[in-house]
Amino acid sequence: MEEVKLMKGNEAIAEAAIRCGCDGYFGYPITPQSEVLETLMALEPWKKTGMVVLQAESETASINMVYGGAACGKRVMTSSSSPGISLMQEGLSYIAGAELPCVVVNVTRGGPGLGTIQPSQSDYFQTVKGGGHGDYKLITLAPASVQEMSDYLCLAFDLAFKYRNPVMVLSDGLIGQMMEKVQLPDYQLRLTNEQIREKYPWATLGKQGRTKQNIITSLELVSEEMEKVNNRLQQKYREVEANEVRYETFLCDDADYLLVAFGSTARICQKSVELLREEGIKVGLFRPITLYPYPASQILKYAKQVKGMLSVEMNAGQMVEDVRLAVNGLVPVEFYGRYGGMIPTPEEIVKAAKEKLMA
Amino acid sequence: MQIASCLLQNHTIMTLQEIIQPANKVYGKTPLLTDTPMHYCPGCSHGVVHKLIAEVIEEMGIQDITIGIAPVGCAVFAYNYIDIDWQEAAHGRAPALATAVNRLLPDSCVFTYQGDGDLAAIGTAETIHACNRGENIAIFFINNGIYGMTGGQMAPTTIEGMVTSTSPEGRDVMLEGYPLKISNLLTILDGTCYVTRQAVHTPATVIRAKKAIRKAFENTLAKKGTSVVEFVSTCNSGWKMTPHQANQWMAEHMFKAYPLGDLKDQ
Amino acid sequence: MARNKGAVVVNIERCKGCHLCEEACPSDVLEMNQQTNAMGYHYSYMANVEACTGCASCAYVCPDACITVYRVKS
Ligand SMILES: Cc1ncc(C[n+]2csc(CCOP(=O)(O)OP(=O)(O)O)c2C)c(N)n1
Ligand code: SF4
Ligand code: SF4
Ligand code: SF4
Ligand SMILES: [Mg+2]
Repeated sequence: MEEVKLMKGNEAIAEAAIRCGCDGYFGYPITPQSEVLETLMALEPWKKTGMVVLQAESETASINMVYGGAACGKRVMTSSSSPGISLMQEGLSYIAGAELPCVVVNVTRGGPGLGTIQPSQSDYFQTVKGGGHGDYKLITLAPASVQEMSDYLCLAFDLAFKYRNPVMVLSDGLIGQMMEKVQLPDYQLRLTNEQIREKYPWATLGKQGRTKQNIITSLELVSEEMEKVNNRLQQKYREVEANEVRYETFLCDDADYLLVAFGSTARICQKSVELLREEGIKVGLFRPITLYPYPASQILKYAKQVKGMLSVEMNAGQMVEDVRLAVNGLVPVEFYGRYGGMIPTPEEIVKAAKEKLMA
Repeated sequence: MQIASCLLQNHTIMTLQEIIQPANKVYGKTPLLTDTPMHYCPGCSHGVVHKLIAEVIEEMGIQDITIGIAPVGCAVFAYNYIDIDWQEAAHGRAPALATAVNRLLPDSCVFTYQGDGDLAAIGTAETIHACNRGENIAIFFINNGIYGMTGGQMAPTTIEGMVTSTSPEGRDVMLEGYPLKISNLLTILDGTCYVTRQAVHTPATVIRAKKAIRKAFENTLAKKGTSVVEFVSTCNSGWKMTPHQANQWMAEHMFKAYPLGDLKDQ
Repeated sequence: MARNKGAVVVNIERCKGCHLCEEACPSDVLEMNQQTNAMGYHYSYMANVEACTGCASCAYVCPDACITVYRVKS
């Protein structure tokens, strides 16, 4: 039975994790996402579903616990905010290299450094352009509401296992702290070890019933072989790019101009679009939901129709580079951003759109 | 066997072929060690410890439930040599992986295999906290006082005066700090049930070391907490000695800083 | 004189010629062969066949698990 509850984005992550059959959560407190771990500890899922919840000694440990758990074929996750996610980059690279499924939630705050505890989108580059070392990709989902925090967490697990790849839910302090109504998913049973053995024959659960050992590693010293490993990864990423692009449009069909924004900024931009439309200016909103794979060809399609685009972000201009790559010079792509924990208002976006696109 | 004893009764000198009969076999390679030749330098302690771990797993009949966590260090390929499931961790993070495996598969038998750089430098936090939580895991710790894999740099465990490529005049404790007796440190954590320091350079120490490995696995199965078995080891390549010289040097110098024996057994 | 009569078989292709078995043998049985194996190592062999007691000391210390030990009780 689906339940509707009023809760914070961070709490929705915790609730959804338990309900979607998560086996283990490993995390370390950091504002503005500590409620994820706190909620899990309060809900005591180990009593209900058997889910393990552990406060680790650092984000480095958290992500490596996730690595160990994922290697066992378990549905495991962690969450953190920007400085903690920075500490996880090494582990993410290993997990991607070893081709393991896991989910990481980043409730982004402003940086660089210790920065601020206020919301930001300044981890876009870190998330979609690498972050850690080597040629790897994180499938990235950007929720724009508390409901989507719940929905995308479950989707993230499905994608992680479908592609044996880490998936990032890239949200921010605004959505993490915001309270909204959420329809929570039904409880899904955790897989038994026997089911895992069957479904994920690569999992290191102990050799039992197998003649061949399972080895989870990202190491290959023979260059020819390592190139093959990379080829396999790249092939997988092409598949992800072909199948998993997700986006949303708002009043784009007749638009002369486009705002492009993700996550909480997309919500603010929706209001800006309404304000501009009230003035008779035909503006639409294009909202990438997957930041990797990026909806580049969908944006390009609109580039043939509009006079210009404005990428609106809570950072100093990160996603705008991908919009420009997508548009490839067809129309001007401008940028408007607030950063350091500042949140743009719908009105200042309207002003920026007029100045930068229509002047 | 029958033929052999009959021959002996007749005071006949046995030929090699007569002795080399399956019935007379008293020791040989455990099938738990794969046929892949180990990549270690000739005489490296890693090989002996691998062999002992494999033997204990076989003797205890726990091959199917044992999961090893390999380090970054010379033993990075440990998974190629012991026929069990393995996970290859990032440098120093093995205890974090082992923690998750222990929590998610409480009926499995999890161990980490780590060098001194892995365990006592970059992975100090993961080591201490796994031990402090009393994870039901065994930690096998190869203390060769050097970074073998990267070509012989100073390790946290390098003893005073010991020459390495990054302490060419010998470790100066005033500049580089003191050899880290991390096993002693781990004894004071309530989560550890067994901390012992062993070596594998003589037949007698090999036999004792094997018993320690067995005890560590037994503790793990009995969910008694974390067991740590340190092996004071040689890295003859890094030390620039022959394997035999390295053994002698270890006994003469390393054992002073790292005396063998049980440090904690509860 | 009651003593064990032993023999060892060295897996020549696994042996790395490290001499540790030779050093560990209390009866001076083992030496490194003049010949080398496929890896280029002078492998261990029973140079003094008669003296082997089958005590397995050599096998215990061998890092590469090359040595199988046989023993006949006398
Ligand atoms: C994050 C990171 N830093 C450094 C290295 C390089 N590195 C590989 S092994 C190693 C030291 C290994 O020494 P130890 O743990 O003592 O193992 P040994 O080779 O002596 O058995 C270092 C520094 C690495 N692989 N990863
Ligand atoms: S470098 Fe040292 S530790 Fe590494 S295999 Fe060679 S002898 Fe062993
Ligand atoms: S100890 Fe083993 S590897 Fe070394 S020489 Fe003897 S048989 Fe060969
Ligand atoms: S079994 Fe004993 S006596 Fe025989 S070669 Fe080995 S160490 Fe020497
Ligand atoms: Mg070392």
